[in-house]
Amino acid sequence: MSLNILAVDDSRTMRDMLNLTLTQAGFTTHLAEDGQDGLEVLESLDPEPDVIITDINMPRLDGFGFIEAVRSRDRHRSVPILVLTTESAPELKQRARQTGASGWIVKPFDPERLVRALKMVAG
Amino acid sequence: MSTENDPMAEIRATFFIECEELLEALQDGLQAMEEGGTDDETINIVFRAVHSIKGGAGAFGLEDLVRFAHRFESVLDAARSHQLEIDGEALSILFRAGDTLNDLVSAARDGEAADPALTEEAGKALDALIGADAPDGDGAEEEEVADFTPMTLSLDLGPLDAGEGAEAGAQADALPAPGEAGASGGGMECMEGAPAPAGSGFRIRFRPHSALFASGNEPLHLLRLLDEMGTMTTLCHAEDLPPLGEMDCEESYLHWDIFLETTEEENAIRELFDFVEDVCDLTISPLTEDDMAELVRHAEAIARDEVSPGGTAGDGALMAGDAPGSSGEVASGKPEAEGSPPPSAQKTRKAGGRSVGCGRNEGGSKAAGRGKASGAVKAKPTVRVDLERIDRLVNLVGELVINQAMISQSVEKAGLLTNPEIDSGLSEFMQLTRDIQDSVMMIRAQPVKSLFQRMARIVRESAAAVGKNVRLRTEGEGTEVDKTVIENLADPLTHMIRNAVDHGLEPPEERMAAGKPAQGVVTLSAGHRSGRVVITVSDDGSGINRERVRQIAIDKGLIAENAELSDNEIDNLLFLPGFSTASEVSDLSGRGVGMDVVRSAIQALSGRITIHSRPGEGTTFTISLPLTLAVLDGMVVEAAGQTLVVPLNTISETLTLGARDIRVLGPETRMVQIRDTFVQLFDLGAEMGFRPPLESFTGKVVLLVALEDESRAALVIDGIVDQRQVVIKGLQDTFGRVPGVAAATILGDGKIALILDPADIVANSRHKAPNMQADLSLAG
Amino acid sequence: MTDTEDKAKADQTELLSFRVGTQEYAVDIMTVREIRGWTNATPLPHAPPFVRGVINLRGTVLTIVDLSDRLGMGPIEFSERNVIIVVEAGSQLVGLLVDAVSDILTVSAEDLQPPPEMLTEGPRTFVSALTIVQERMVRILDLDAALPATEIEAA
Repeated sequence: MSLNILAVDDSRTMRDMLNLTLTQAGFTTHLAEDGQDGLEVLESLDPEPDVIITDINMPRLDGFGFIEAVRSRDRHRSVPILVLTTESAPELKQRARQTGASGWIVKPFDPERLVRALKMVAG
Repeated sequence: MSTENDPMAEIRATFFIECEELLEALQDGLQAMEEGGTDDETINIVFRAVHSIKGGAGAFGLEDLVRFAHRFESVLDAARSHQLEIDGEALSILFRAGDTLNDLVSAARDGEAADPALTEEAGKALDALIGADAPDGDGAEEEEVADFTPMTLSLDLGPLDAGEGAEAGAQADALPAPGEAGASGGGMECMEGAPAPAGSGFRIRFRPHSALFASGNEPLHLLRLLDEMGTMTTLCHAEDLPPLGEMDCEESYLHWDIFLETTEEENAIRELFDFVEDVCDLTISPLTEDDMAELVRHAEAIARDEVSPGGTAGDGALMAGDAPGSSGEVASGKPEAEGSPPPSAQKTRKAGGRSVGCGRNEGGSKAAGRGKASGAVKAKPTVRVDLERIDRLVNLVGELVINQAMISQSVEKAGLLTNPEIDSGLSEFMQLTRDIQDSVMMIRAQPVKSLFQRMARIVRESAAAVGKNVRLRTEGEGTEVDKTVIENLADPLTHMIRNAVDHGLEPPEERMAAGKPAQGVVTLSAGHRSGRVVITVSDDGSGINRERVRQIAIDKGLIAENAELSDNEIDNLLFLPGFSTASEVSDLSGRGVGMDVVRSAIQALSGRITIHSRPGEGTTFTISLPLTLAVLDGMVVEAAGQTLVVPLNTISETLTLGARDIRVLGPETRMVQIRDTFVQLFDLGAEMGFRPPLESFTGKVVLLVALEDESRAALVIDGIVDQRQVVIKGLQDTFGRVPGVAAATILGDGKIALILDPADIVANSRHKAPNMQADLSLAG
Repeated sequence: MTDTEDKAKADQTELLSFRVGTQEYAVDIMTVREIRGWTNATPLPHAPPFVRGVINLRGTVLTIVDLSDRLGMGPIEFSERNVIIVVEAGSQLVGLLVDAVSDILTVSAEDLQPPPEMLTEGPRTFVSALTIVQERMVRILDLDAALPATEIEAA
């Protein structure tokens, strides 16, 4: 299964790692460096990505704002969004859920499990 | 390149580069906070810097770094949420934590261990700020780390406790018809696997809310996950399905009863559902005998009705059949279910038929509007390039400049400059060459800011070590200097800063007594001045104690007891090798090295250092460096048969000596009268050791050069050859620095000419004066 | 060259031998970048006498060391046959001014002998090993010792 993934993270290291992991899994990867950038990249993608991965703490537009914005766009109401963050506080998870996230993965991630999770949420 | 084959090593390298940037942002943020900028965004930037370091460090298993960053981050988080007020004391703890973080990053990069005691000290100070338990028992720490175990993947439809459920209900604006999900009779039966599981297991009731679909989740995948945990039988209830015409495709109508025979714990199941727990109704209970009986009944019913798998239920997690009693044939939320409305082509893998023809548009434009509003500073994209490649480019551009000079020369010789086309073409070529050169130089140039930030730390640490209150003021942080120069300046600057804090500034009591503020100020400035980079380190202390310096120099035999020295000469004694030894300096700046080492380091960069001190007001060291890799406007001259280049910007005037211009002051000192002042003459050929001193200067040409202390000197040469742009080539310092020479260049004829440093020639000549025994020349 | 030959040569070193005065020296050929004829060097002021100056080696400044002088045999006698051997010592290139290049020698590790305790010439010995080739004694030059690190770095 080859997937189209949009990964949003302000850390270059993290973007590089995601890119490597996803590319090695045979996925097509689109990278964005914050929520704002993520929205722009998302709009440029047609068809929309199979899954979006996003960080929470980011400049300009954080992960919550990003998810909210994605969900508010009719075209992207059902794209699975995985949160990938170092955070694990329940209240943040809940907030992400309420905002419209589909899953929560704690960094650092294990490449194999990330890929499995992506395949899973993408169906 | 060893990293090229290993992508992870490359990413690791990226991480450390990113860390440098993040640490810089951290310093900036803390500094802004110190200057009163405790606004949310500033704190956020600082938080994010630490947070990102933690994130990356975790990816590489850098435990020490992760652990400390986490403690740091907790404090910043408290500040961010206004639970912690950042006052002066808190800020100094944050600064120290920043320094510690810096150390940990360096240690991790170099594969070394940072000082655990210092780390712990900084960590405890952080913990104390937010009243966190000091992790003396390993418990707290343990937990933090556990927090960080790789990937807690939670894709589960969890059960609801009352509180969360209520919240979810309030938030899911299109909650499905309430009702006990358990009514299994008359439901649409979906099943898989053996009909009668036995043994341990759970009965799971799962009713997704529409919000579950709205968050991009898909019940099917969750069921599939469950299926992987054991043997599963699923009953799909479709009794809530409205007639087709009344269906809201945003709505969720189905729910499931799942009989899972598994050896897994309940927790493992709940964990699966963790993330969707408040967008569904979920109950999990151990399988009872009643449940088993119910399963068997269903199995029989299915057999009797000859229900056959009619849908394409993904990986076999679900099979949907005709459902007696279901009020419609269409299962919303399950495109795979037989009879679903045909999903639109591009949505086939998406949850639910919700996408079909159901559009609400109000959200999109809102988001777009917000998107524009929050556009702000976005980091410019960058490319990482091997330094070697840049150096190669720099060399090539150097060749281009030489080549251009040669073409110009031959065109001129051939008398072609009268042709306006050639003339203008040539000057355009020259302009382009210069532009290329500037651009190439800019690639290697970096602002001195990172260097200054490191010095801020040195100031903090040295001030703490000697118990003084010191503030660092910086100017011209944006001044760009060649990367190599920046790297090589760190050590000498560190030494000078320590000196300034330790020796330059008086203790607080003394300052107050002298009517100065108790807080001393060390100023670090950078700027470009007449084609050179000038960096100054100054303090507002008491200035150099010349009596004492003189006495030390006499005691050490560096000068004769009766030597008559000007103030400036006394100040310069500090640079003599062997002047400062451990006995004269405190532990802080001592370590057996003195200003002579600083001076050597600066000279190795083809730079110069001068000192300027005023009693009671302070001392300023001025470092002047060439813009390296540059091209230089030079005057090509001849002396003693050698072709030499003198930087044009050092020359203020040229003249030819007449017999009457020269005044003899002593056996070795001759002066030239320039209008109403006398300027000392230096015989360049002799100073360079090319020949013995000239008997007579009459008829020779002199170059008047300006020195850093604003005095002037006159260099005697044989003649001026040309004035042109030359490429600076570094001299390989195999046998030490060449005194009086800044660099070399290659002339149009392919020969090497030395580029002189007039101030150094003059300084060397003066240091050979008889009342100084030390010869600073490194030659020989 | 075949694989088996390669293996046979595993413990063999190729040396470039050259004449300095009446003596024969050699350096590992791997350190040699090129050999070029003598061109006039630009003298460096106040440099040690064995540093003859610098020349332009395709855009870089190359320091020329008079090996005869460095080895304590006095300045080289000028001749048309004088050559500059460009060697890589440490991270930088240096030109060795010698009387003439003699030969390329292949020697194996067991052919190399440690130099005697006292080698007559000079205050220091710059010889790391000796070998006999066709009844001639060839001295293997210790480049690192002959070309000391910069004094500034040592400070």
